[in-house]
Amino acid sequence: METGSFFYIAFVYLAAAVVMVPVAKRLGLGSVLGYLLAGVIIGPGLLGLVGDERNDVMHFAEFGVVMMLFVIGLELEPALLWRLRKSIAGMGGLQVLFTLLAFFGISLMFGLPWKSALAVGMVISLSSTAIVLQTLQEKGIIKTPAGQSSFSVLLFQDIAVIPMLAIFPMLAEGAIAPTDSHSGGLVEGLSGWAKTFFVLGAVGVIVAAGRYLVRPVFHAVANTGLRELFTAAALLLVIAIQLITSAVGLSPALGAFLGGVVLANSEYRHELESDIEPFKGLLLGSFFISVGASIDLQFIAKQPFTITGAVLGVMLVKSLILFLTGKIFRLGMDQNSTFSLALCQIGEFGFVLLSFASQNAIFSRELNDFLLVVTALSMALTPLFFVLNEKIVQPRIGANLAEDIEPDVIEEKNPVIIAGFGRFGSVVGRLLRAKDIGATVLDNDADRVELLRKLGMKVYYGDASRSELLHGAGAAEAKLLVIALDEPEQTLRLVETAQKHFPHLKLLVRAIDRDDAYELMARGVQHIYRETTDTSLRMGSDILHMLGFRAYAARHAAQLFQHHDEKALRDLAATWADRNLYISAARERIAELEQLIKADAADATLDFDEAWDSTSLREDAIQGTFK
Amino acid sequence: MARILVLFAHPALEKSRVNTRIVRAVRDLNGVTFCDLYERYPDFFIDVPAEQQLLTEHDIIVWQHPMYWYSCPPLLKQWIDLVLTHNWAYGSRGYALSGKYVFNAVTTGGGETAYSETGLNRFSLQQFLLPFEQTARLCRMTYLPPYAIQGTHRMNADDIAAEAGRYARFLQALRDGAIALEQTMQHNLLNQMTL
Repeated sequence: METGSFFYIAFVYLAAAVVMVPVAKRLGLGSVLGYLLAGVIIGPGLLGLVGDERNDVMHFAEFGVVMMLFVIGLELEPALLWRLRKSIAGMGGLQVLFTLLAFFGISLMFGLPWKSALAVGMVISLSSTAIVLQTLQEKGIIKTPAGQSSFSVLLFQDIAVIPMLAIFPMLAEGAIAPTDSHSGGLVEGLSGWAKTFFVLGAVGVIVAAGRYLVRPVFHAVANTGLRELFTAAALLLVIAIQLITSAVGLSPALGAFLGGVVLANSEYRHELESDIEPFKGLLLGSFFISVGASIDLQFIAKQPFTITGAVLGVMLVKSLILFLTGKIFRLGMDQNSTFSLALCQIGEFGFVLLSFASQNAIFSRELNDFLLVVTALSMALTPLFFVLNEKIVQPRIGANLAEDIEPDVIEEKNPVIIAGFGRFGSVVGRLLRAKDIGATVLDNDADRVELLRKLGMKVYYGDASRSELLHGAGAAEAKLLVIALDEPEQTLRLVETAQKHFPHLKLLVRAIDRDDAYELMARGVQHIYRETTDTSLRMGSDILHMLGFRAYAARHAAQLFQHHDEKALRDLAATWADRNLYISAARERIAELEQLIKADAADATLDFDEAWDSTSLREDAIQGTFK
Repeated sequence: MARILVLFAHPALEKSRVNTRIVRAVRDLNGVTFCDLYERYPDFFIDVPAEQQLLTEHDIIVWQHPMYWYSCPPLLKQWIDLVLTHNWAYGSRGYALSGKYVFNAVTTGGGETAYSETGLNRFSLQQFLLPFEQTARLCRMTYLPPYAIQGTHRMNADDIAAEAGRYARFLQALRDGAIALEQTMQHNLLNQMTL
């Protein structure tokens, strides 16, 4: 087959992904490294299955980053953004400024002219939103302080790209460089004021459209009942944002993020998310594969030491600056190490800036290639840094932490440990406190930890799934471990740790939904509490009461139903593991609902007819058959 | 005028032909407070201070319930266990109920003859109700003979309506002081009295 054809390219990319990603995941390296490795393997250095079109693919796949930010925006409420404003401006600002200055200085020392040196500083100051957020989400630590800080810094960087793109043409040596699509066609040649006006106008259009236009349009589309049309509308929305923002020279990623935030409160939010999600994943995957393929192995082979040194040097300096930033913003030792190691690569915006730089002839071709390789390698190394952090750095910090807190714990010997003191764990904890039962709390929300400590509770900050922290909190002496974490991923990890290191602990685990409960059952957890079941049944029972059922009959019906539902849950759990593999989540849920409702119909005891019914007794009495 | 408190306990009133009718007859009588325990406390979580307050506001207490396995339904027992506390209802520091009257108003599926030495149940209704009688005594209340609607299994709709009306009239007479309470002791059942 002809190597340039669309199907051939699609085949190579998809095959590489399908083969390599499962392998990388199995090895515990995460999907991002899998995609990167796939790219290296099919790249010109090894198999040479892809040629020059990989740059086109990368340009196209950058759209995946835009989609990712759109989805992230959808999940963010404006209130949260406002709450993060300090860390976005503060941490992000410090990190970008310090990194930029540091590499500006270093480049000057290597004898680069100041304009190039400044450009190098800008390129290196950015981190990879795509890799870091994907990895943080996979690991379920996006909501930890380290995750939130990383998110804030990345967000600031995405914003900082805009002025950088504006400054780049001015850094060109000699004549004004030719324009580039990234700087935006529409506003080129306009004065600064006019540009600002257009940028603000574009933002206004996105916000206004999100508020007033999208809802009726989606309503109409939803009314057609055609699912693919909804997907088309969702894609159309993101592509429209991409076009509008590029037209005025705004970062499309930022525009998409803004669009997402505007739609975060809309009723179509989940629909949008699930429609965009597969495209986002595929495009991001292609993007990472292209990054892998763009790593020029021959170029590395020619000067292995220089490049290795440069990559490690860049990552070291970046992580030191990040660590310093984290220190200034009072991140705990464990969170700070995650934060600094997560963000120490150069990001995909680096590629964007570099391609921009080469068009503007800011660097020599050699320097450009060199930076490309360093950027790609630093991205490729990131997943390894995460592994390094988890396996080597965190355990050491954990050991130190455990030493610090051990003395208090021994004198206390609380019978209960509560992991997670959010809306679920806090209720449990308050009940125990009301009954004067000592409970040690593990939580990773710094504000909450501080408050609870002030109130005189034993609270430890950190990731509860680390055995050292558990040990420090007295898991060896405790009887019960209450797991009330928000993230199912974390819950499973903690269950695993507890079962492995503290088998004597009775586990009481909060499950978000049925899927969660199945996972926990598969791991042999005995006491599982689905967080909404009791409440919804209580509501159901109140409804029965309001419709004329006697209060006790309503309550009894709900109790019977709960019993039946638990049984149905256990029955379905047996088949769950098989089905999960080949039916999509949504279909699976529908299929499960069908089974549940059928099981409801089949369970005769739900009729509530037997209890206190004297009909048969009366028949006996009337016929005189019972004396 | 005596103030009457009916403490009614039936876990499945919606299934009872007889009690549904009786309840309807007495629920809204003037001067009679009708307290539907299973409706009020479906979780068996009884508001003790409120129940004690209610008791102090009345002169005659009626424990109205079907006979289940020779006793009352569990919520009424729970009510007795929780509300009649030591040093409030009885004990060296309190007899809050002293001087009040109390009796059981019950329905039984079996007829009167089933509740006799030679009958299916081998003991009289009064014998089965001894724990209630002694509870009342301990709290220094006067325990009256039970009001019993018996043989409900064989009753048709007319019988039931008649019984319900009779019970309502009895409570009204009690309320109006038309019944000499001391004389009731001469009867086995309150419903044997002629109004």
